[in-house]
Amino acid sequence: MSIVELSRWQFAITTVYHFLFVPVSIGMAGIVAGFQTAWYRTRNPQWMRLTRFFGKIMLLSFAVGVVTGIVQEFQFGMNWAGYSRYVGSVFGAPLAVEALAAFFIESTFLGIWIFGYKRLSEGWHLATIWLAAVGSAMSAYFILAANSWMQHPVGYAINPTTGRAEMTSFWKMLTNSTVFFAFPHTVLGAFATAAFIILGISAWYLIRHREIEMFKRSAKAMVAVAVLATFATLIVGHFNGQLMTRQEPMKMAAAEALYDTSQPAGFSLIAVAPFEQHPPRTSFDITIPHTLSLLATNSWNGKVQGINQLQAAAVAKYGPGNYEPIIGVTYWTFRLMVGAGTLMVLFMLWGVWLWWRGRLERAKWFLKLALPAMALPFIANATGWIFTEMGRQPWVVYGLLLTQNAVSPSITAFDVWVSIVIFTVLYGVLGAIAVWLTVRIVKTGPPPEVDEAGQTVEPNLHVAY
Amino acid sequence: MHGLWNLQTLWFVLVCVLWVGFMFLEGFDFGVGMLLQLVGKNPEERRAVIHSIGPVWDGNEVWLLTAGGATFAAFPNWYASMFSGFYLALLLVLLGLIIRGVSFEFWGKVESSRWRGVWEWAMAVGSFLPALLVGVAFANIIRGVSLDVHGNYTGSFFDLLNPYALLGGVTTLLLCIAHGASFLQLKTFDPVRARAAAIGRIAGPLAALAVIGFVIWTLADASTISVGLWIAAIVAMGAVAAAAGLAAVGRSGWAFISGGLGIAAVVATWFFALYPNVMVDSNGSAYNLTVFNAASNHYTLVVMTVTALILVPIVLIYQIWTYYVFRQRVGRSGPTESAPPTTGAGV
Repeated sequence: MSIVELSRWQFAITTVYHFLFVPVSIGMAGIVAGFQTAWYRTRNPQWMRLTRFFGKIMLLSFAVGVVTGIVQEFQFGMNWAGYSRYVGSVFGAPLAVEALAAFFIESTFLGIWIFGYKRLSEGWHLATIWLAAVGSAMSAYFILAANSWMQHPVGYAINPTTGRAEMTSFWKMLTNSTVFFAFPHTVLGAFATAAFIILGISAWYLIRHREIEMFKRSAKAMVAVAVLATFATLIVGHFNGQLMTRQEPMKMAAAEALYDTSQPAGFSLIAVAPFEQHPPRTSFDITIPHTLSLLATNSWNGKVQGINQLQAAAVAKYGPGNYEPIIGVTYWTFRLMVGAGTLMVLFMLWGVWLWWRGRLERAKWFLKLALPAMALPFIANATGWIFTEMGRQPWVVYGLLLTQNAVSPSITAFDVWVSIVIFTVLYGVLGAIAVWLTVRIVKTGPPPEVDEAGQTVEPNLHVAY
Repeated sequence: MHGLWNLQTLWFVLVCVLWVGFMFLEGFDFGVGMLLQLVGKNPEERRAVIHSIGPVWDGNEVWLLTAGGATFAAFPNWYASMFSGFYLALLLVLLGLIIRGVSFEFWGKVESSRWRGVWEWAMAVGSFLPALLVGVAFANIIRGVSLDVHGNYTGSFFDLLNPYALLGGVTTLLLCIAHGASFLQLKTFDPVRARAAAIGRIAGPLAALAVIGFVIWTLADASTISVGLWIAAIVAMGAVAAAAGLAAVGRSGWAFISGGLGIAAVVATWFFALYPNVMVDSNGSAYNLTVFNAASNHYTLVVMTVTALILVPIVLIYQIWTYYVFRQRVGRSGPTESAPPTTGAGV
């Protein structure tokens, strides 16, 4: 494999892995802050126990998310020096501001929250978890603003002397239409992810008739959070797709394997193409007529551009070359993302119905299915990002810089093989340990309400290691 | 051609400030991580040692990420050349930061001496690697590395392991150990405190010797010595020597302050020795990266300046507040021990 391919594999592995933990951390920070707020207001010890119990699991996710995040910042320079030189003036700024404005808040106040109970008043201690939660969400905003610039560059000019992109408006970058959709789509998805995890764990206890008082609360709360978050993620995703159709038409065409411009265009349910690297057409495609037109353009007979026409237009604009992403990857990742998201909405609608009928904590099948359902948000998150990033190829910055020109000239294939093996093995081990510890925490269960001597245990918030 | 009053120089100073923040704060975290098994002889003592930095280490590490992000934004060419050029060295730094970061969270989760031993080693090795390699990296960019016309590094990993750079690495390593020993004396009770003091009495003079050797070598190699470099060099040598003396007579508070000043002055020495370069070409000065040819455009630097001038003071305020909240010694009545014993907290 070439250095570019190896570096892309490394970026994909480390980023997808990092993003297994990020949404859990962002979502759980908000939800745990909600639990603690409920305790602060009602003084019901069950809320405190939920705060502590899920706080521990949240901290495991934060630990792995934070350390794998450092790699993200470093590897732009390590593997993508060409990219870093070309975009540093634009792309570096939101990363630096993210660290200063958001990551400092998140890390500092999370540290205070972990160790600060009884050193601070209860109100101040509650404020620290909210600050950590807000910090982590703000962090997502700046990172997504930087990523949105790669999808839809705004607020920049190309310096005629150096040939590089230079920022002309930070405001335009932070108010990029792309980030206005990417941010809610990602953060709502994060809350859905965390809610599925907490619901799955709660279901595990409810099935075993353990701690019903405690976990029926969290189960109900999570059904409420998840039904709103999944539904909203889907709606925002729909508008995100419409924006993408205008800003990156090739990505939408590739998502649908729509080879030729169609008016009206049907939504593809399942398609098969000749088995080759760049199949020139689909050989078999079942579509629902008019549906893609309606989804992408809000019009029954809207025109959706096809891959072949877009490729010809790109050659005319940028010169000879292949401007198509790998259609098989975009087509199937898009379907997996939307499919998993739709299942999540349906599952939680079932949960709402059970709750409304007053049977949620006794609904055996729903609770049993809540465990494997924990995989759905991870599938949607991972395939969503693989689609977004691979759908932009061969560009690293859409229309400006090709991925093949972004790689570091000074690194060797040996260097990247070493790092890719180390990261993959290390991340694999850490992930296995984090999951194993989470399972252990769940099996051990929350500390009892009543101790061995029959005394009521004072609710407290120590989550320190 | 360029005076001192320009945004490029201001950002060079601000990047230096971020490195000072990182080395001062994370410096003692690294030291504590390396000394954990030496000063803590049983699980309770080790828990106290970990808790001495538990609430703050993550916030301290953000100074490094901010320095990295600021270099990316303000000096893209420097960031690109340094990070891609020092690829394998940075991989080791990352490896260290990863195993160290998770070790805090994993350590207390299982009641087993083998399990804890693994994460204590992870903490020690994970603190050792960055503490050493930061010094190696900066010494190399001062000494000069082989660059091409585009500013890309053309040497290998082993070219980085020259005597001057290794002395630079040993300097930061010993500074972190001495700084960590001073910090532990302020934050723990006997017998942990006494063991930290004993280590400090050895590490302090060694750190002072390394700093004096490194600084003199740097001055001897410098083609011109600016006033700033003179001041930083003298302060660095004086402060670490004073810290060693103060540690010897048991004035741990003053030793901590003096050692911290020494760390700040060593970082300042790097930056004064570099200026106006940010990365020196060892094949002659033609391809040197300077604060001017490595910098971003004017607009980006203005945006970053405004942001930094607003946010850095705020960050300092709440981080100082954190140290105020956790100002007490840990151990006998540390954060965990104040909890009712039946909660199983921290396990």
